[in-house]
Amino acid sequence: MEVLGLLADGMFVAVQPLNLFLILVGVALGLFIGAMPGLGSVNGVAILLPVTFLVPPGSAIIFLAALYYGAMYGGAISSVTLGIPGASTAVATTFDGRPLAMQGRASLALVTAALASFVGGTVANILFTLFAPLLASVALSFGPPEIFALMLLAFATFVGLGGDDIPKTIFSICLGLVLGSIGFDAISGAPRLVLFDHTGFLQGIGFLVLAIGVYGIGEMLWTIEQTRGEVTATTPKITAKGVAADTKDAVRRGWKGTTIGSFLGFFVGVLPAAGATPGSLMAYGVTKMVSRKPQDFGKGHPGGVAAPEAANNSASTGAMLPMLTLGIPGSPTTAILLGGMVIWGLVPGPRLFVEETEFVWGLIGSFYVSNVAAVLINLAFIPLFIWMLRMPFTILAPMIFVLSIAGGYAATRDMFDVWLMVIFGLGAFFLRKFDYPLAPAVLAIVLGPIAEPTLRQSLLLSSGDPSIFFTRPIAGPITVIALILIFLPAFKLLRKRRSLA
Amino acid sequence: MRKGEIVTAGLLALLSLYLMWKSTELPIGYIAGEGPGGGAWPFWLSGIMLICCGAIAFNWWRQTSPASRSDEPLLDAVGWRMVLLVGGGIVAFVGLVNVISMYGAIAAFLLYYMRYLGRHRWRVSLPIALITPVTLFFFFEGAMQITMPKGMPFTDPVFNVLYEIIY
Amino acid sequence: MSITKRNFVGLALAGLVAFSPLSALAQEWKPRKPIDFVIMAGPGGGADQIARFIQSVAEKKDMTTRPLVPNNKGGGSGAEALIHVSGTNDPDYTILVTLNSFFTTPLRQPNLGIDIQTFTPVAMMGVDPFVLWVHKDSGITSFEQWVETVKAADGDYVMGGTGKGQEDSIVIAYMSNAYGLDIKYIPYDGGGAVAKDLAGQQIMATVNNPAEAKGFYEAGDFVPLLAFSDERMPAYPDVPTLKEKGHDFSYYNQRAVVGAPGMSDAAAAYYGDLFTAIYESEEWQGYLTSESLSPLWMDADEQRAYWTTQVENHKALLAAMGE
Repeated sequence: MEVLGLLADGMFVAVQPLNLFLILVGVALGLFIGAMPGLGSVNGVAILLPVTFLVPPGSAIIFLAALYYGAMYGGAISSVTLGIPGASTAVATTFDGRPLAMQGRASLALVTAALASFVGGTVANILFTLFAPLLASVALSFGPPEIFALMLLAFATFVGLGGDDIPKTIFSICLGLVLGSIGFDAISGAPRLVLFDHTGFLQGIGFLVLAIGVYGIGEMLWTIEQTRGEVTATTPKITAKGVAADTKDAVRRGWKGTTIGSFLGFFVGVLPAAGATPGSLMAYGVTKMVSRKPQDFGKGHPGGVAAPEAANNSASTGAMLPMLTLGIPGSPTTAILLGGMVIWGLVPGPRLFVEETEFVWGLIGSFYVSNVAAVLINLAFIPLFIWMLRMPFTILAPMIFVLSIAGGYAATRDMFDVWLMVIFGLGAFFLRKFDYPLAPAVLAIVLGPIAEPTLRQSLLLSSGDPSIFFTRPIAGPITVIALILIFLPAFKLLRKRRSLA
Repeated sequence: MRKGEIVTAGLLALLSLYLMWKSTELPIGYIAGEGPGGGAWPFWLSGIMLICCGAIAFNWWRQTSPASRSDEPLLDAVGWRMVLLVGGGIVAFVGLVNVISMYGAIAAFLLYYMRYLGRHRWRVSLPIALITPVTLFFFFEGAMQITMPKGMPFTDPVFNVLYEIIY
Repeated sequence: MSITKRNFVGLALAGLVAFSPLSALAQEWKPRKPIDFVIMAGPGGGADQIARFIQSVAEKKDMTTRPLVPNNKGGGSGAEALIHVSGTNDPDYTILVTLNSFFTTPLRQPNLGIDIQTFTPVAMMGVDPFVLWVHKDSGITSFEQWVETVKAADGDYVMGGTGKGQEDSIVIAYMSNAYGLDIKYIPYDGGGAVAKDLAGQQIMATVNNPAEAKGFYEAGDFVPLLAFSDERMPAYPDVPTLKEKGHDFSYYNQRAVVGAPGMSDAAAAYYGDLFTAIYESEEWQGYLTSESLSPLWMDADEQRAYWTTQVENHKALLAAMGE
């Protein structure tokens, strides 16, 4: 009960006039930073960290939490309206969000995303409040073999996500994995796959370079070519009645995905190193699997927006847990927050949770308040984003290109990456023409750099014996489930063939 | 399309081979007691890519994929024109960044696209082409503290004035 | 001559310049655009924390007319940062926060073509010592006991670190040689991940900067066994040093700020003054104490000499490791 008292104090602090003002500013700012392709909460938190010296530390934390939440909500906006996932966590949101927008139902997608994010954030906050110390010890029991098994599970869920052409899907997955291994070999420290011996490749190819290239340039070119430069999808004006209908639809068709996403996302997000991307992906895959109409997914099912959005919000909240309970960053954003805590004179580590209760519960309390503020502000801004979609396509298209190039540069501040983006974009256009699915490559470039080092760390631990993935109590069951899921489609196919013959 | 499908598969097969060859700079085998070497992961995955290209070619021969059955050209004349004008515009845009700065290039690209490709009136395209980079400047440099390329030194006076405003 | 307003202002300015002691040192150079503050490590690591701390001090005290904009370029053990800084077209606005990969990365990758002596020395903010840690559940309380345990494990003793050729692996390699130990070394992608897996007992011991293990040490989870500093550290008075054990070896991670190659003297002087002010600030001095860094102030010439000796040292250390 002491916890609830502390939490109430935290929330009470958050609704003081100055703090409430900071929350509103933080959420709105975060929303735009998150909606900008190339920028994310990590940029927002990094630039505002020094600013937080101007206000009392309590307010500073609240401001940063608000920004963090705003940016998480914002990620879905660029996935839906621009068709570019602004962060790796929002890739799965494009699968159904983009088709909905193309059908003129962007408002349904945005409402679904906002509501699902809210539920995901709330569920995560409650789980966080109740089980934080317990979950911290679970997080510690995840060593390299467990993380690798989890990655295997994430891969298993996207075997079913590709197009109908199996060789092209597998090609795409492998391409993403290989591109992700460019740069340096994490284990030996040696340079690897420095293509054409160009030093630009030493820093590797980031997710954003490929994602913005594929979606911001390739997909856009494809749309322009298909429609002869005039997109005909009409986006209806926002009306109160329309919003009400969308809300109803979102709840009716999205609740299942939201529930799955909220819980799955949180548990995956709590594990440092794993993060929100596999969480949102697994939530999408599971929701599709249990759905009665899996064939509707990928064509504009609100459940396909709800699941990854609930999951990535929930996971991003979950990622705060290892930071607060152990002092270990679960994501680049939390890493920067951790630096901030040092500057504020706090010692990150296992004792923070016990000794700095005021700080910890103040932060969690402001999560609750920020989450409410974020959903309200997000809903309020939806007409603005819809209005953007109503611009003539010959104005919207160059704007998207400009945001892609400028955002792509902002992410790494390297012109080499911008050129790579253009090359990927042109390549993606032609591959798209020949029905190569590219989403698997975009996801693989995120998961590969987690999967490969953990695989090799595990094998180093076991002196090269692969049985380590089956004999450890947590890794074992996950690996088995993942392998079953991976080979299930092949098995089904084989049986179908046999029954046909 | 039919010709394009096999040409694409061929090019991707070459890419896979190149990646495989490049991976062999590090050990690609299983080192006893340590697990796979540094080149193993990309090498074998590129190998799978190569096999996939083979499968794509096989499907092309059997004519099972839609693209391999289609007689339509990959792009018709209008399509090629569109792709060249838009794609070329993007390439020129990125090329200009190091000459007339990111913001100058944005203005030039927007003007080109809206006025020339979109055929919007001057009074629509010109204000948008000028306001967008200025807004982005204040957003990136002022709010986000991200500095964009400034191009050649001759743009310095302009930016010095702008920085004077935001700091 | 009639005194116009314009003349008057000019006169007043001339007077100001004449009386200002700074003018004599050609100190008119001031940044006119944001400063690219490159960090040789990814977000969240020790170097990143220090860089952000420095930036926050500058910001808080309003020390610069234009902001220091942190720019993480951690790829390839800092190779990314070195390439970025040496290739900049604006050397007066590009500074780099370094660690020891400033010395080791160009040595390990001669094909990068980086000559660190072309960089401009700015300030040595301090040096970070290394400590050997084990988990408290291992029951090990002394270095001798640890050596016994490692020997008994016969090649199955697992340590984690930030990668072969990195600072901690150099220390571990030296120790292994000196005591004839056979250690299995698992590379991770950052000090945080290493600390977490020691806390979860996925690995058995690590060599870390105190800042990275401090939280777990204060909670009683980690036990420090040995310090690689010249003298015992004030924050860990009971921890013996390797020197006391009879081996003439100490190892520190440098926390220094350097300017891009080709930086003008005026700009270098400006940054020198700026970082001197930050170094002398109460905040930085407090940080040095709380994070157990040792001060090691040097002027520009001393820094260059220091670089030369460090390059020679690392050449020998890496050669001994077989790198």
